[in-house]
Amino acid sequence: MAKYLLLKHYRGAPEAVNSVPMDQWTPKEVDDHMQYMAHFAARLEGTGEYVDGQALSPEGTFVRYDGEGRPPVTDGPFAETKDLIAGWMVIDVDSYDRAVELAGELSAAPGAGGKPVHEWLEVRPLLTELPTVSE
Amino acid sequence: MDDVMLRELTPSVIGVLLHRGVDFATAEDAVQEALVQATLTWPDQPPADPKGWLVTVAWRKFLDGYRSEASRRDREQRVGVEPPPGEAEAADDTLQLYFLCAHPSLSPTSAVALTLRAVGGLTTRQIAQAYLVPEPTMAQRISRAKRTICDVKLGAPGDLATVQRVLYLVFNEGYTGEVDLAAEAIRLTRQLVSMTDDTETAGLLALMLLHHARRPARTRADGTLVPLAEQDRSLWDTTLIAEGVVVLQAALGRDRLGEFQAQAAVAALHADAARADETDWVQIVGWYDELLRFTESPVVRLNRAVAVGEADGAAAGLAALATVDPGTPRHTAASAYLHEKAGDLPTAARLYAEAARVAPNLAERHHLTRQAARIGSELR
Repeated sequence: MAKYLLLKHYRGAPEAVNSVPMDQWTPKEVDDHMQYMAHFAARLEGTGEYVDGQALSPEGTFVRYDGEGRPPVTDGPFAETKDLIAGWMVIDVDSYDRAVELAGELSAAPGAGGKPVHEWLEVRPLLTELPTVSE
Repeated sequence: MDDVMLRELTPSVIGVLLHRGVDFATAEDAVQEALVQATLTWPDQPPADPKGWLVTVAWRKFLDGYRSEASRRDREQRVGVEPPPGEAEAADDTLQLYFLCAHPSLSPTSAVALTLRAVGGLTTRQIAQAYLVPEPTMAQRISRAKRTICDVKLGAPGDLATVQRVLYLVFNEGYTGEVDLAAEAIRLTRQLVSMTDDTETAGLLALMLLHHARRPARTRADGTLVPLAEQDRSLWDTTLIAEGVVVLQAALGRDRLGEFQAQAAVAALHADAARADETDWVQIVGWYDELLRFTESPVVRLNRAVAVGEADGAAAGLAALATVDPGTPRHTAASAYLHEKAGDLPTAARLYAEAARVAPNLAERHHLTRQAARIGSELR
């Protein structure tokens, strides 16, 4: 089993196909989208492939050590970086192919008009330590 | 085995050990171990005297622990000069524990964790679950809190307002694990009310009861929020509401008004309305005015502005809102609501969408996005 991080992007990823802003959907479309996400997580819990997931606020700052005193806090050295990540999910799956398959499915969450949003998801393997050889 | 009964005994058992000269951190550890053993043995062999059983086992755990320590001679001498073991005045000790666990030298999160363990009798695992953090993280937080107050003598005068704040924090954590923290906060506040003669503690209890009574109606099965006006009032717990009102009226009758009593009065007026449009908004505005005598909180001003909007119309509400700091949490959401009420739908839709972006949790974000979507659909 290997763990993968699925990153949902606000912006910064290539434009989604069905990219109508959420507040311009109908209330039913919003509900369907949320329900799809919840079902997706619940189903992966059922298959034992779900690890964790959280939605992230669009607020964000960059901080770094700059010598003694309070570290500087900025909006970020890159444009729009704090808009980047909307949420994440960690899955624990048998193969890279399975991770890609699940990400593809999550990206098909319904949006405006009940059609898939086709949003880009980033799939990144988690680096884990080698299994300890004790004997 | 009655889990709640076990938790209720915890503070007085800790109190007995403290009276026998055991320091707080050690006493608390020993009682936790005794509780764990109780959960293992009681189902098969229920004791005739649960409290006596816990005291005996905790005392034995304490002795076991310290016989094995290097500094044992010192400690034994110290115990030697302590008064002989005897039954302690449980209520007084418990009150002191409340003060100790809410000590001002602790951060609010530490005070909450320690209160839940020492006064509430919850295990570290239960507290960790309730706060959605790993158990070792919570264990660290608790032991750091115990180190912080290890030099504080039991019996130092406590600050009731600090205890009330800690209990209110517990209440607001709500429900995530196997223990319902809101119910736990109510249990602990009830206990505190019975030990003190304080109208604000009673006000806090009334506030908790009235809020808790409405909880079944506050979210749908799928977790989405239901605003007060749309709640199914038949789901409200009328027994809790009746109790909250009685507690509040008794406190108000003693004419020592404070923040919690004024907040509870607002909650009582909401609970009193059989339908949303029967809510006595004029009186609610009056109670917010009372509340503002005790606090300069912009959140209170914000809530008052919404109440004014209901009592005197959207224009008056927006005028009141204009005097509230725009950085106040939920300011944008309140503004969206009042603009919709005033008939300015495009502004309302824009503000709802903006409020959704800064919402502090998923349920609220979802709710506000739906509001934006609803008005957006009406406009198209």
